[in-house]
Amino acid sequence: MSSVEQQFGQAGFESVPHAPPSRVRIQTGPLAEAGPSSGRRELAVEAVFDVREVSVHYGAKRALQGVNMRIPRSRITALIGPSGCGKSTFIRSLNRMNDSVTGFKLDGEVLYHGHDLYAGNVDEVEVRRRIGMVFQKPNPFPKSIYDNVAWAPRNLGLRHGLDERVEQALRGAALWDEVKDRLKASALGLSGGQQQRLCIARAIAIEPDVLLLDEPASALDPIATASIEELMHSLKGRFTIVIVTHNMQQAARVADETAFFGLNAAGGEPVGTLIEHDHTEKIFGHPADPRTRDYVSGRFG
Amino acid sequence: MNEQPAFDPAAPLTPTGNLRRRRAISRVAESGATLAAVLAVGVLAIVVYSVLVHGASALSLDFLFKGEPDGIGPALVGTAEIVAMATVFAVPLGVLVAVYLVEFGGGRMATPIRTTLDVMNGYPSIIVGLFVFALIVEPTESQSGIAASVALAIIMLPIVARGTEEVLRLVPDSMREASDALGVSRWRSVLTVILPSAVGGIATATILAVARAAGETAPLLLITSVFDGSHVSLNPFEAVPNIPVTIYKLSEEANPEGFARAWGAGFVLLAFIMVANIGARVLLNRSRRKMAG
Repeated sequence: MSSVEQQFGQAGFESVPHAPPSRVRIQTGPLAEAGPSSGRRELAVEAVFDVREVSVHYGAKRALQGVNMRIPRSRITALIGPSGCGKSTFIRSLNRMNDSVTGFKLDGEVLYHGHDLYAGNVDEVEVRRRIGMVFQKPNPFPKSIYDNVAWAPRNLGLRHGLDERVEQALRGAALWDEVKDRLKASALGLSGGQQQRLCIARAIAIEPDVLLLDEPASALDPIATASIEELMHSLKGRFTIVIVTHNMQQAARVADETAFFGLNAAGGEPVGTLIEHDHTEKIFGHPADPRTRDYVSGRFG
Repeated sequence: MNEQPAFDPAAPLTPTGNLRRRRAISRVAESGATLAAVLAVGVLAIVVYSVLVHGASALSLDFLFKGEPDGIGPALVGTAEIVAMATVFAVPLGVLVAVYLVEFGGGRMATPIRTTLDVMNGYPSIIVGLFVFALIVEPTESQSGIAASVALAIIMLPIVARGTEEVLRLVPDSMREASDALGVSRWRSVLTVILPSAVGGIATATILAVARAAGETAPLLLITSVFDGSHVSLNPFEAVPNIPVTIYKLSEEANPEGFARAWGAGFVLLAFIMVANIGARVLLNRSRRKMAG
């Protein structure tokens, strides 16, 4: 952690004189210009999120500064970077899960299909109904497997064809074959990997527009991780997926686009910000920013 | 630096240095604590023993089922009625107070409410009796079972609320996060996820409150004491026979037989309270295990 801060502090921004730290560069083609560009680039596909100059404070503490980012529809976008650089804060700001954190304050705009998520007339419950989230630690309800998946549809009034909906969701989460004979058994009896897939099934049962995954595999063993990654490939296209991960190989394997978050020490106290956002091959192959290059090549350990 | 080693590693492993003294102090402290625990349990055992010895001789089927002067049947039924009504008043209210404190209140109101509940829990029950007497008995000019159950509900409320609050806090925050992230409003989460996983603890708090209310005597003396204990009277709008006041009356009687029956009634009450407490404990353990998965 401290070595990361140090490194970023030393790297500074002198080395990239024309690139302000918060600028987002989204390349539209594989051979798009590689040098730092000052303008916002249009995406090839429609953007689901258009994040504009977002900064987050928790009380007096700054957690995130000056993030600009467009997240494309029906793609998987991975957020990578060292601990404490605001990835979780950022992803939780996309469906207002931070609202309940005391002292949380967001400046800037998070546009979701053109609507400001933080506008006064926006209901956060409706936001989360469209933008689902799966957490680091599997958190199934202490109910049966079936009731875990059926719970949200029931409460949202989607009672029609509930059995089919539950089956579809469990199939979608690649869990159906393992649990179809014990749907009435407690979800707490499942293994960690199964519980996490159940949480994904629970999230997709209400057919959200976006699925946010906050380090979904970090508490799982490699085999369960592999099944989660496989699952993400199968969900791609149906949902827009944003995933936070510490595992760079995982980002390289599953994501269409990758955003690298780091610490910006320019303004004194280091604060998390978006360093670079591009196609995954570009981020891992030819990153434009030296800090990204250092991170993906493992020079920060 | 040429420091002397603190001990010789090759010496036999018997106490060295001040360990002997420390061991002695430790033994004194330990036996003091043990003695205190034995004393506390001993007092309880003596109470239970004397109630058992004195009360058992009065026990018989007639004693349990017949009315005065042979038995305490109507008082048993009456106490059950009053306590049941009090439970109906106190449990929903107490659970709602706890839900407010844990799920919605959070802010500046939580501390004063919690303090109020703790103060309520410590009220002398005679004051609750006076309050309800002035509130209901005086205006209606009659003692009543319903007034008694209001008084008992006031006594039960803080126990239910604080007990429920404790178990609601045991429900992990990840449950709330999970339901929030599914776009379901918090109120529905409370009803369908949070309260069901805390139901064992709520039942425990309720049983403890019932056990406490069943033995409360002071308010009942003011509110439902002028009754005819010879037959069952279920009308809640008049004075209802009940165990605590019956015990009080019997023990005031001049003849020694009344005193024996007071012991018998006390035995019945004590047995109920002990069974209720043990049941509450079993329930709580079961729900803890369920929460742990």
